Amino acid sequence: MKTLKSAPTTALLGMLILAAVLLTGVFAPLLAPYGETEIVGVEYEPWSAAFPLGTDNLGRDMLSRMIYGARNTVGLALLTTGIAFTAGAALGMLAALKGGWTDQALSRVIDVLMAVPPLILALMLLAIVGPSIPNMVGVIAVIYIAPVYRLSRAAAMNVVSQDFIQAAQLRGEGTLWLLRREVLPNISSTLIAEFGLRFCFVFLFIAALSFLGIGIQPPTADWGSMVKENATLITFGDITPLIPAAAIALLTIAINFIVDWMLHRASGLKS
Amino acid sequence: MSKLLDIRGLRLEAGPMGGRTTILHGLDLTLNRGEVLGLVGESGAGKSSAGLAAMGYTRDGVGITGGEILFDGIDLARASAATLQDLHGRRIAYVAQSAAASFNPAHRLIDQFCEAPLLHGTAARAAAEADAIALYRQMQLPNPDQIGFRYPHQVSGGQLQRAMTAMAMACRPDLIIFDEPTTALDVTTQIEVLGAIRDVVERYNTAAIYITHDLAVVSQMADRITVMKHGREVETAKTRQMLAAPQEDYTKSLWAVRGLKRPERSAPEAGPLLSMRGIEASYASAKVLQGVSLELPRGQTTAVVGESGSGKSTLAKVIAGVLPPSNGVVVWQGSPLPGRYQKRDRATLRHIQMVYQMADTALNPRHTVRGTLERPVRHFTGLRGAALGARVNELMELIELDPAVFLDRLIPELSGGQKQRIGIARALAAEPEFIICDEVTSALDQLVAEGILRLLLRLQAELGLTYMFITHDLATVEAIADRVVIMQQGRIVETGDQSRIFSDPQSDYTKRLLASVPQMDAGWLNGVRQRLAS
Repeated sequence: MKTLKSAPTTALLGMLILAAVLLTGVFAPLLAPYGETEIVGVEYEPWSAAFPLGTDNLGRDMLSRMIYGARNTVGLALLTTGIAFTAGAALGMLAALKGGWTDQALSRVIDVLMAVPPLILALMLLAIVGPSIPNMVGVIAVIYIAPVYRLSRAAAMNVVSQDFIQAAQLRGEGTLWLLRREVLPNISSTLIAEFGLRFCFVFLFIAALSFLGIGIQPPTADWGSMVKENATLITFGDITPLIPAAAIALLTIAINFIVDWMLHRASGLKS
Repeated sequence: MSKLLDIRGLRLEAGPMGGRTTILHGLDLTLNRGEVLGLVGESGAGKSSAGLAAMGYTRDGVGITGGEILFDGIDLARASAATLQDLHGRRIAYVAQSAAASFNPAHRLIDQFCEAPLLHGTAARAAAEADAIALYRQMQLPNPDQIGFRYPHQVSGGQLQRAMTAMAMACRPDLIIFDEPTTALDVTTQIEVLGAIRDVVERYNTAAIYITHDLAVVSQMADRITVMKHGREVETAKTRQMLAAPQEDYTKSLWAVRGLKRPERSAPEAGPLLSMRGIEASYASAKVLQGVSLELPRGQTTAVVGESGSGKSTLAKVIAGVLPPSNGVVVWQGSPLPGRYQKRDRATLRHIQMVYQMADTALNPRHTVRGTLERPVRHFTGLRGAALGARVNELMELIELDPAVFLDRLIPELSGGQKQRIGIARALAAEPEFIICDEVTSALDQLVAEGILRLLLRLQAELGLTYMFITHDLATVEAIADRVVIMQQGRIVETGDQSRIFSDPQSDYTKRLLASVPQMDAGWLNGVRQRLAS
């Protein structure tokens, strides 16, 4: 609570926005005036009292789809980032601790992953396994294991060279204890900050894939595909398709504010 | 004599508004031309801050909040940046503790030497270079004509420190601040640097402030000594007078530190606890240990002494099983030990424990004291619940820390000495027979270090422990060791009972090592330099 009070306005604002989005996602069925895929009017109806943001290309309520979209897009992004972090951090710390062949083998595989541009790799992999939500989550998680691995390996390298690791090894501690109790607490602040940033990337990535039509499939509402589906409205001077885009931007900025603050705290700088 | 430097009522404060801490509480210092003043104190006494303030400089976040610093009539506390810039390097120079970190590694020594004379316009490039070579010669650097054209990483630590002193002399300043210039050096190197510094300071009649925590060193260098504690002056006197008759209790306690003596012990029981035969070990292609054979008698302290690079820490790694030997065998209570710790059983791991030099890195900063101690106790003895808590309390009492106060603190909330005690408690948690102490006191202040040594001696008497004590500090060896092993370049040079080694050293290296240890006697440096020269 005390640390929260000392947080700068930007970070507080970021936290407020993030909390609002998360709550919207969780309570979507209660908040949304209509169902997610319910066709309630004609196509492209303008803003009105009944449909505050108008209707989309199939006559579904935009506002309701925005609210459900928060749940789908943000929820999937969280899940994907979580998987990428668990696997990436575990492998990175393991490579740093074991060194030698373990490190070499893991690092070269990661290098291969990083050598291909992420979007192209995702398109390729999704073309192979087929576009479905579990496949998409899996593919993006695999792609984002690479940077998380790199970071946690570098951070853990600084920790494993210290004597307390040797002391624990000489005590006969197992690998799991060393990673979880000796290494992880010392790199967690770095990882948490990175989690925020990666979450943004994953979130944008999902939106991008959805926009390209191989991410979240219709009729599921998500912010990325909503931009795509209603893009034609732009030509008529209607800003409605920009609203999901703005929501993506807003959330990304909010998270960056929070991450900046956390990084600052972790670095120990005062001003 | 005219006063060169006159510091009056100097106050330094640091930290943000509201939470300011005072570093110096109204310090008074005077220095005459050509005089060397020794500033002595433990870490945190404010001696480095005082030294920097004598140049009109403060570290980031530190401010001068009172008093004046008169250098030849100019008040440095209020002088403009331009005035200070003109004085620094030309009339006041500074020699830092770590020359290796203070030289720019991308430039040759002589280029860095010439910077100050060119900047202040005291000499042209050619004249400055000639002067550099002359000073290198006076500093007794090997090959003075060429050494300046090398890069910092191409010369040794002792040579760098002398090159740095030469650089400080470049504009023939009136005042040089020496901030622990020999602390990071080996004793045999230190003696050369001390001699060279004193010669050059005398020759040019330069005034100097010599900052150190080592009383024996300061008594060689200074005409007058000021003892500091917590940002205050404790006592100032002429060196001989200070050595002979310190007035204040704090000064006396500093002087008395070297009085520690181990209790006399009977001859060791039959059979060594641990022995090594023909150990060879290497890092990649560099061979660090070459045929080391050694026996550690049960219940005694064996000190392994050597300078940096002698292989003494590697020996500890071989025993602990971190670095498997490429040849030779370690025998524990009659049976050979596997080279890697992974292959050793829990009972063996339990009986060989280590205490590390840097308590900061030896303890996980994210654990509490309780967490640090509970884990090894549970791991090795299998105690749970109330019995575990009782054992942890008992360990805390063994190391003389109050369990109620310290158990739930995080490691970074402890002082250096307290951390080292926790390091010892962690080793004791395994209920070992043998503890390897790797330079356990060298990062600590003298009074704190003495406390740790006393603790180790008491624990040995109570628990019958066997120690292998790795150190470069011969005063420590004299205080606690039964047997002494002298190492040089990966080989054992000499082994023997402590009293025999100190009274009747056989090898030349041991003799030189013993002769190089500074003594608390103002004439020691002159005497020993004459002897080494002849």
